Amino acid sequence: MKLLSGNEAIARGAYEAGVRAASAYPGTPSTEILENLAKYDEVYCEWAPNEKVAVEVAQGACFAGARTITAMKHVGLNVAADPMFSLAYIGVNGGFIIVSADDPGMHSSQNEQDNRFYAKFMKVGLLEPSDSQEAKDFAINGFDISEEFDLPVMLRTTTRISHSKGLVSLGDRKEYPLRAYNKNIAKYVIIPAHARKMRISLEQRLKKLAEFAETFPGNRLEGEGHEFAVITSGIAYQYAKEALGDKATYLKLSLTFPLPEKLVRNFVEKFSQVYVIEEGEPFLEEQIKSLGLTVKGKDIFPRFGELSPMIIRQALLGEAVEAGNSSANFPVRSPVLCPGCPHRSVFYAINQMKAIVTGDIGCYSLGVTPPLSTIETCVCMRASIGNALGLSKILTDRKIIAVIGDSTFIHSGITGLIDVVYNQGAITVVILDNAITAMTGHQHNPATGYNIKNQQTNKIDLENIVRACGVNKIWQVNSYDMHELTAALTSATSCGQTAVVIARQPCVLLNKDDCSDKYEITAQCRKCKKCISLGCPAIMIKNDKVVIDSQLCRSCGVCAQICNFGAIRKVGSAYE
Amino acid sequence: MNNNKNIMIVGVGGQGTLLASSIIGQLAMDCGLDVKQSEVHGLSQRGGSVVTYVRYGSKIASPIIERKQADYILSFEKLEALRWADYLKPDGVLIMNEQEIYPMSVISGLAVYPIDVADQLISKGINLIKVNALTYAQEIGNSRAVNMVLLGMLAYKLDFNYNKWEKTIKEHMSSIVQHTNLQAFAMGWNLHDRA
Repeated sequence: MKLLSGNEAIARGAYEAGVRAASAYPGTPSTEILENLAKYDEVYCEWAPNEKVAVEVAQGACFAGARTITAMKHVGLNVAADPMFSLAYIGVNGGFIIVSADDPGMHSSQNEQDNRFYAKFMKVGLLEPSDSQEAKDFAINGFDISEEFDLPVMLRTTTRISHSKGLVSLGDRKEYPLRAYNKNIAKYVIIPAHARKMRISLEQRLKKLAEFAETFPGNRLEGEGHEFAVITSGIAYQYAKEALGDKATYLKLSLTFPLPEKLVRNFVEKFSQVYVIEEGEPFLEEQIKSLGLTVKGKDIFPRFGELSPMIIRQALLGEAVEAGNSSANFPVRSPVLCPGCPHRSVFYAINQMKAIVTGDIGCYSLGVTPPLSTIETCVCMRASIGNALGLSKILTDRKIIAVIGDSTFIHSGITGLIDVVYNQGAITVVILDNAITAMTGHQHNPATGYNIKNQQTNKIDLENIVRACGVNKIWQVNSYDMHELTAALTSATSCGQTAVVIARQPCVLLNKDDCSDKYEITAQCRKCKKCISLGCPAIMIKNDKVVIDSQLCRSCGVCAQICNFGAIRKVGSAYE
Repeated sequence: MNNNKNIMIVGVGGQGTLLASSIIGQLAMDCGLDVKQSEVHGLSQRGGSVVTYVRYGSKIASPIIERKQADYILSFEKLEALRWADYLKPDGVLIMNEQEIYPMSVISGLAVYPIDVADQLISKGINLIKVNALTYAQEIGNSRAVNMVLLGMLAYKLDFNYNKWEKTIKEHMSSIVQHTNLQAFAMGWNLHDRA
């Protein structure tokens, strides 16, 4: 037995099932799956530059006959949808699992799209684990199903599955011989003539899987409660058990696409009232209703936010809904850029340019919050560059700056930049190069020169890429040097051409040592609060004095550079 | 109703709440109990308000703890103690570290940090134990062991004996840091006698 998170359990399950290859792009809450798989020498693992590439690499390994897994956050599948739709037609050679880790409640995401609909839309098998043990078991089942029914399988988790820990019993790895790869254009080349045949076989494959779903042990009746009849899946199953316990009879579904129609029909017809308890959208409910059956679901349960036992008790047991959250009066504590974060100084300098600033996905999305309030748009990975170009073509009298991180630039920013050069956009793209994929917990990317197993590899040089895209105006600056930053931004935003500023300084969290040379505020302080406007968590007003918390200070020295009165200095240094 | 224990560890992203919850979870498992633990990664770890749930007992379904269900809340920071206090059962215990970390809303002047956190909690009828864990951690020369002082205080209240805690803590860290962390844990454990 081991206490594993859902993500750790998926990695373990894939390992035990003989997985040989894995490719992914980091994204909360999916990241730890590949991080844990990378610990096994038997598995080829890689960080791909983006989710679409990850799926394509995984497909190649699958075609080669290996059991293969890819993993991404829900919105990552939007990027990877193209190869996934084709793969459903093509089918597999070695078993293929795609993990979609959804984020109801948007703990760390821009939306809460319910990717179970993708499984139905793409026409692939769908497994929904409800705890870590099932996460491991279904990873193993998923490969078997994939190979037996010639279909990719989606293993769909949510934040509470991926990041909750539970007890998992471990097994040994089972080696599966590679399935032979033979040239087979009718299977692997999806031209219309082939695709039309695949289209028909896809329906046949799904039909067989639907029959299998009727007896799959993860789809089962549970309990003998008389008060409620419940159909449920995923984490909602645990919440329903917590809330209703022995009061209910459950149809616990795990293989939810294709739906086991007979099992569902028999269950619904046995009871006068059946409740469908699922988190997010009415995925099961719509399918069940389309069978002509009557159930209750989203008319009493919310379709947004996270579900909880309390919500179920309120809907079914009449528990009183508490009036408001009494904590609403307390000061909010939103995530912030860390003390010493190299993005802070860049945003501060950008603010002096009086430009429209488009943002992107990463820690630097936090540049939207006061007091910096730099970013004005944030849509999805890479959107900063396209948004900036579009803005510049309409608001021709405004300066436009796009900010994008190193990993996001590699993910998809490059094609955006090519568009800017090609269509003669006079915008400034600032690449915030902190030498890591920071927000998801410090994963390497092609620009860091290290791979997922922390081995040195070819390093993609950002400046060379920018130059190769056709950009002639390039500045490379130290993010902590306010003078350099301001000079580069001033030139870039007034040159009338596509300009790129690469601002470099490693993520402050990469250096775990306690730094020396902390800064302090001296008696020369006039309380102008200019340093406070940096939004550094280490600088605050206490007892009517501006102070730097030495526990928090990371010695970046940016505050000392912007102080007009020379009132900030290193602790212990002499007055100048 | 049942013997399940619900523990919440709350604080500010980056304070090291995850280690404490991981040790409790592992220990409960080693004692043959069912365990579920839920934590949040990603964005919230950047200085935001963070919460970890640990539940153990004979059989645990949901990994989350809701309002009025926590037997114990271990708060690494004062404002966070106030924020999550509603999650405590009427007979639950709140252990609060007296560290104050100003959120950006306070730093930028949009909000005021409450000066009377303990009074507010006591007026809500909460069974409060206050501790300035940093001073104790500094006493043993390791200001980073704040989380172990706090864990020691909580551990004293839970159902496992000292030796088992010691063993689990050792399993969670390299031998270089074991000594000071165990010292800090022991200090927290013994604070109840001092009080």
